[in-house]
Amino acid sequence: MSLAIKVENISKKYTISHQQTGIGLATFRDEISGAIKKFSRKIRDEFINQHANETFAKKEEFWALKDITFEVQQGDRVGIIGRNGAGKSTLLKIMSRITEPTLGKFKIKGRIASLLEVGTGFHQELTGRENIYLNGAILGMSKVEIKKKFDEIVAFAEVEKFLDTPVKRYSSGMYVRLAFAIAAHLDPDILIIDEVLSVGDAAFQKKCLGTMKEVADAGRTILFVSHNLNLIKEFCGRALLLDRGCLESDSANVDDIIQSYLFSTGEVKRSVIWVNNSQQYQNMWFEPNRFFIGNEFGDFVDDFCENRDDFWIYIEGVVKQKDPGLQIGYALYNENGILLYWSCQTDGKESECPQLHKGLIQLKSKIPPHLLNEGMYRFEMIVALYYRQWLCQPGKDSPAVFLNIRGGLSESSYWREKRPGLLAPVLKWEIGK
Amino acid sequence: MSVFPIRKRRKPSFMQSDENWDLIVEAGKTERHYWKDLWRFRELFFFLAWRDFLVRYKQTVFGIAWSVIRPVLTMIVFTIIFGKIAKLDSGNIPYPVLVYAAMLPWQFFSNAFQEASNSLIGNVNLISKIYFPRMIVPISTVMVCLIDFLISFAIYAVLIIWYRIPFSSNMLFLPLFLILAFLAAMGTGLLVCALNVKYRDFRYIVPFVVQFGLYISPVGFSSNVISGKWRLLYSINPMVGIIDGFRWALLGKEANLFLPSFMISLCLIVALLFAGILYFRSTERVFADVI
Repeated sequence: MSLAIKVENISKKYTISHQQTGIGLATFRDEISGAIKKFSRKIRDEFINQHANETFAKKEEFWALKDITFEVQQGDRVGIIGRNGAGKSTLLKIMSRITEPTLGKFKIKGRIASLLEVGTGFHQELTGRENIYLNGAILGMSKVEIKKKFDEIVAFAEVEKFLDTPVKRYSSGMYVRLAFAIAAHLDPDILIIDEVLSVGDAAFQKKCLGTMKEVADAGRTILFVSHNLNLIKEFCGRALLLDRGCLESDSANVDDIIQSYLFSTGEVKRSVIWVNNSQQYQNMWFEPNRFFIGNEFGDFVDDFCENRDDFWIYIEGVVKQKDPGLQIGYALYNENGILLYWSCQTDGKESECPQLHKGLIQLKSKIPPHLLNEGMYRFEMIVALYYRQWLCQPGKDSPAVFLNIRGGLSESSYWREKRPGLLAPVLKWEIGK
Repeated sequence: MSVFPIRKRRKPSFMQSDENWDLIVEAGKTERHYWKDLWRFRELFFFLAWRDFLVRYKQTVFGIAWSVIRPVLTMIVFTIIFGKIAKLDSGNIPYPVLVYAAMLPWQFFSNAFQEASNSLIGNVNLISKIYFPRMIVPISTVMVCLIDFLISFAIYAVLIIWYRIPFSSNMLFLPLFLILAFLAAMGTGLLVCALNVKYRDFRYIVPFVVQFGLYISPVGFSSNVISGKWRLLYSINPMVGIIDGFRWALLGKEANLFLPSFMISLCLIVALLFAGILYFRSTERVFADVI
């Protein structure tokens, strides 16, 4: 086995300028007036013989990536995970040479292809056929290569009938299929993929994964970013965890990495209480204030709970505008990142659902005893306008609280410890007729 | 605000030496393979040009006829204003032909310059998501304008036959002047499109420059109208040399090429080209961050 990628101390700095508001485009005028101010200040300082230390324009440095070092063997399938803003996309952008690192270097063996967005380089007005040629050329294929693979691409994407239709008339599914098909037939030595499979339907995702596996089995190297942890677990033989620009961990034990990802919440200590103290999640409909796990009377529970305890999920916030589609609830994940269920205030019969009113509101929902198994659980808030818009999307960047369940699984003497399976319900047994 | 400390780490040693790597990207260093990459992506020039050309007249009624209508109308207007109303001297050449011979390079240059300077910001999605040598984008837009040039040239052929202008051997030099026009458009285009990425002011400056340029370049009149002592100064506009060159090549002895003035234009074009390439190359690496 030999190395395919070697990344050495890569860092990337962005300078965020605070002097202008609105869109961050520098205009000539700003730059010139800045230069004049600087110049006049310099002359003045010379005159009164003192040097100003502070810079004129207030600029802040932001390290999107800090000192990332890793190596990838040929044929590795590496998953990259991390919260939003952890630097995953920046890393991929650097690796695919779209932007350059501020410090450090990387080396690559073989041909590299990246798929950072579905259908980049597609032109809406052009037909499917024309776009295959155009996109292929943009991704680095030669005309001869494209011609050779044309039929395969079309067959894979299942767009035979629409080859001479402008892609602006395509359904989003067809669009994604065509885009992925082209990239999949690039035949690169290293393939970089950023969260693109999340768009297609399940059958197509499966097909893509199959293709990616084939590609990897043929000795190709794959770098893969996704929020879909099951996909990472299924597909990758190794995972990198990024946290606020740093390489937090790197291991072939993907389960371990996923676990440490799920239970790292950045700076906030994981706890049963989440308080919105940073004015996050502002929107026109519902702004969460607090999200916590408590007992019947609204007192916080301890970090550790027994399975037989009653506990309640509390969501507090301000309803700013009533909307019939407003859904508030939570998603429950176990420690392996598997989604157990969603629950929302709109789940029951319409007449029995709690009616939201404008203003401060508290919703609570009981989790029945003897339902969850031993282990760590993560509750993520769901706030959405039914089929229209996510306000807090679980699995993305939603407020989360954590609960540890230990013991109290059952009153039975036959069942004392954690059982196999996701849940641990105590169900009733009877003698049948 | 904290400056992140870079830990010095000993590099682990490997059996491989640097020669085994196909690509090495190091912070702050210009890429070694740039020109090689440009060659590897050579087909993309044509694909992008082909795309722009295909897309240009989609959902238009007259379609490709637009690239004929525009120069012809301008020629008629200029002939009326400068030839009939201002009664400027055109020697023995019919005024429409005099104007059209200059319209050819001017239209090419102004279109190419305008399209090229907007090319990068018009392809934001490509720049921020895919790697390829960025220089391909503005250059391929200049190539599209070459197609328009050929269409306009066909009209010129019709004009020549209509006015029975004799064929001159100077015409063999025409490709040379066309290349000059191409380089001028490329130099200014590269410079301005790179500036445009950071300073959107150029989106407003460029149309103004082009509009202005039409009147200060000898398009509607012969540059012989300019008196001797001002002629050299006038040649600081690089289009003067190119337009004079076109007239000389197309109209033969009737138009004479003023050599010193042509040399000034030539030097300026070369200087602009180098400035354009250098500035483009130096800013290219941050395009994706600032666009």
